Amino acid sequence: MPWNWFDRPLPADWPGGYWWHLLVFAVFIVGLTLTMVMIFIYLERRGVARFQIRPGPNRCGPFGIMQPMADAIKVLFKEDIVPDKADGVLHWLAPVVAFFPALLILAVVPFHNGAALVDLDIGILYVIAVSSISTLGVVMAGWSSNNKYSLIAAIRAIAQTVSYELPMVLSIIGVIVLTGSLSLNDIVARQSVPFIFFQPLGFLIFLIGLMAEMNRSPFDLMEAESEIVAGFHTEYSSMKQALFYLAEYAHAFGGAAIISTLFLGGWKGPILPPLVWLLLKTVLVFAIMFWARATLPRVRIDQFMGFLWKGLLPLALINLFFTAAEVLVWPDGLPLALIPINFVAAGFLIVVWSGLIKFGGGRVAVQ
Amino acid sequence: MVLRTEPFILNMGPQHPSTHGVFRMRLTLDGEVVVDLEPVFGYLHRSMDKISETRTYQQIIPLTDRCLDYLASMSNNLSYVLAVEKLADIKVPERAEYLRVIMAEMMRISSHLMAVGFMLNDMGAFFTPLMYMFREREKLLDLFEMVSGQRLNYNYMRIGGVSQDVPEEFLPALKRFVQEMPHFIDEYDQLLAENEILLARSKGVGVLPADLAVNSSASGPVLRASGVKWDIRRGDPYSIYDRFAFDIPTGTAGDVYDRYRVRIQEMRESVRILEQAIAQLPGGLHRARVPYLLRPPVGEVYGRIEAPRGELGFYLVSDGSIAPYRLHVRGPSFLNLTALRDMVVGWKVADVVVILGSIDIVMGEVDR
Repeated sequence: MPWNWFDRPLPADWPGGYWWHLLVFAVFIVGLTLTMVMIFIYLERRGVARFQIRPGPNRCGPFGIMQPMADAIKVLFKEDIVPDKADGVLHWLAPVVAFFPALLILAVVPFHNGAALVDLDIGILYVIAVSSISTLGVVMAGWSSNNKYSLIAAIRAIAQTVSYELPMVLSIIGVIVLTGSLSLNDIVARQSVPFIFFQPLGFLIFLIGLMAEMNRSPFDLMEAESEIVAGFHTEYSSMKQALFYLAEYAHAFGGAAIISTLFLGGWKGPILPPLVWLLLKTVLVFAIMFWARATLPRVRIDQFMGFLWKGLLPLALINLFFTAAEVLVWPDGLPLALIPINFVAAGFLIVVWSGLIKFGGGRVAVQ
Repeated sequence: MVLRTEPFILNMGPQHPSTHGVFRMRLTLDGEVVVDLEPVFGYLHRSMDKISETRTYQQIIPLTDRCLDYLASMSNNLSYVLAVEKLADIKVPERAEYLRVIMAEMMRISSHLMAVGFMLNDMGAFFTPLMYMFREREKLLDLFEMVSGQRLNYNYMRIGGVSQDVPEEFLPALKRFVQEMPHFIDEYDQLLAENEILLARSKGVGVLPADLAVNSSASGPVLRASGVKWDIRRGDPYSIYDRFAFDIPTGTAGDVYDRYRVRIQEMRESVRILEQAIAQLPGGLHRARVPYLLRPPVGEVYGRIEAPRGELGFYLVSDGSIAPYRLHVRGPSFLNLTALRDMVVGWKVADVVVILGSIDIVMGEVDR
C-alpha cells in the first residue's frame, strides 16, 4: 500500500534528541507558513472575486497563481516612509511584534502523530498566551504612527482583545474537559470523532473569537477601511506594511490550524497523508472566513463588545457546563447518540440567546 | 491629581475613502463619540454659475453634465432644459417627452444603485453589494451609450427635445432590462435587507425627524424616509409625469434603514414608470425646431425636477441676449447636508460614514 508510509506512526519522543531536528522543523514551519500565506492570499482574492461576480487576478501565471509573488515584489520596491513625528523604534518594531506570534503558534501544532516542533504539555495555554501578543504589535503601531486614525484603531484593538479572549478561552476549556489534556497532540489523538460534533457551540464561539482575533471582517474594526482609512497601518508603507499584511494571513493560518486541531480532528483523516489533511482543514476554515468577509457588513465597536460580553460569554459558560455534565455522566468517552442532541441544543441556545440580546441603540447624549 | 483633557479633533477628509469625494468633516470626538461636526466643502468648486453667464443656452447643457451630479447627468440635463423651455415657452414633441422620462427614470435607477451600494460599502460590506449593483448599472450605461454615445456625461437632452432619436436596438434592450430588473432588486434585498448586522448598524441610526427635515429643506429620498410624502413628480408635475401611475415610497423613522428602503422601493417604482412609458411611447419628432442661438424673452424662471437625490432646480434670469444673465442651481446634495450635524452628533465615528452615505451626496453638486 503506497500510503502506508504516511500512516506509519512517528516515534513518540519525536524530534528525539537531535538538535538539528528542531532546526530543520523550524525552517519547515517558516517555509510552510509563508507558502500557505501565499496560497491563502491567492484563494481569498480569487474566492472573494467569485462572490463579487468578477474574475479576480488571472493575468500573472496560469490562473493568476503568481499574483502573490507579483504583489510581494511590488511592495518590496516601494519607498519606506516613516512619518516625521513618529516614534521611530516602536514604529519599526511594531510589524515584527505583530508577525512573530503567528509563527510561534505553529510551534505546537502537530502536523503528524507527535510531529510538532515541541509537544508542550501546556500547548493550548501557550497558544492562548502567544496569540494575544499580536495585539501588542497593533497597539504599538497605532501609538507610534502619531496618526489619529491609527490611535483610534489602537484603542479599538485593546477593547476588542479584552472582549474576545474570554469566550474564546472558555470554549477551548470545553475541549480540554473532553480530553483531560492541554497538549495539542493528545487532543488530536483523542478525537476518534472530531470534537465539532460534541462541541458545535464551542466551535462556533471559537470561530467567531478567532475571526475577531485575526481581525477579519465582520470584526475588522481596527483596520476598518471605510471608517478609519487603514487603521493601525495607515502610516506604514513598503515592507513594513507588507509585514502587517503577512501577519494577518499568517495569523489566519495559525488560527485555522489551531481550530482544525481542536475541533476538526487535526491531522487525522483517511487515505491522504496527515499533513495534507491538516492543510485541507485549514483551507476549509479559511474559506469560511473569506465567505463571511465577502458577505457581511462590519459591526460597530460597542455592538461588537456587547455581542461578545452579553452573547458569547454566557453561551460559552453554558457550553462548558453542559460539556462538564456530559463528561461526568459518561466518563469513558461520550456516546455517539449525543451528537444530534448536541446540535439541537446548540441550535436552540443560539436561537433563544439571539432573541435575548439586542443590538442597536448606541447613541450617546452629548451637550 | 486632575488630568488635563482636551477635545480630540479628527479631520475626516478631504482625502478619505468614504467621504464620497473631497468632502471634509471636522469632527470633535469624545473617545469615539462625535461631539461636534463642522462640514467643510468647496474643494471641488468650479464656478458653474459664473461660467454659464459666458455660454449660450445650448452650450450650458454639457456643463450641467459635468459640473453637477455626475452620477445623474440625464436628470441635470432635464432640469436645465425644462427651465429654459419654461423661460422661452417652447413646446416639446410628445416623443421627446417620453424619451426624456425614460432617460430620467433610468438615471434614477442607476443613481440609486450607486447610492445603496456605496452606503453598504461604508457599512463595511466588502464591495460585494456594490459589485452586484454595478452589474445592473453597467447595463444601464450600455443603454445610455446606445442613445448618446457616452457613458457618464451624456449631453443628450436639447432645448426643445433630445439630441437624437433612439437607435432601433435600444427599445428591445430596455424592455429586457425592465423585465429583469425586479428580479435583481429582489436579489439585492435578499442579500442584506434582513441581515442582523445591517439592521443593527442602520435601524435608529442618524434619525432625521420630519419637522427638521422640512425646516432644513431636505428633499428626495432623505425627506421621504422621514415620512414626508413630497415628490415633485406628483406635487408639481413636470413633463408628462401626470400620465403615469406610481407610488411614492415613504419611511417612518427617518433613519438610515428607511433611507435604504426608500431607495430600493423607488427603484421598483421607476421600473413601473419605465414599463408604462415604453408601452405608450408615440412616434413622431424627437426635437422641436429651436434656433441655435436662442434669445429667450427678458424675465426669470425657476424650473425644478425630482432628481435622484432630491429637488434639482435651475433659476435663470434672461436679459434677452444669447447667454443667461444669471444662473443659479439648487443642488439637492448640498441642501441635504444641512442637517448632517444634527443626525451625526452622539453617534460614533463608524456611524458618521454610514449616515453620510445614506444622505448620498455627490461632491460635484455640493461644490458646483
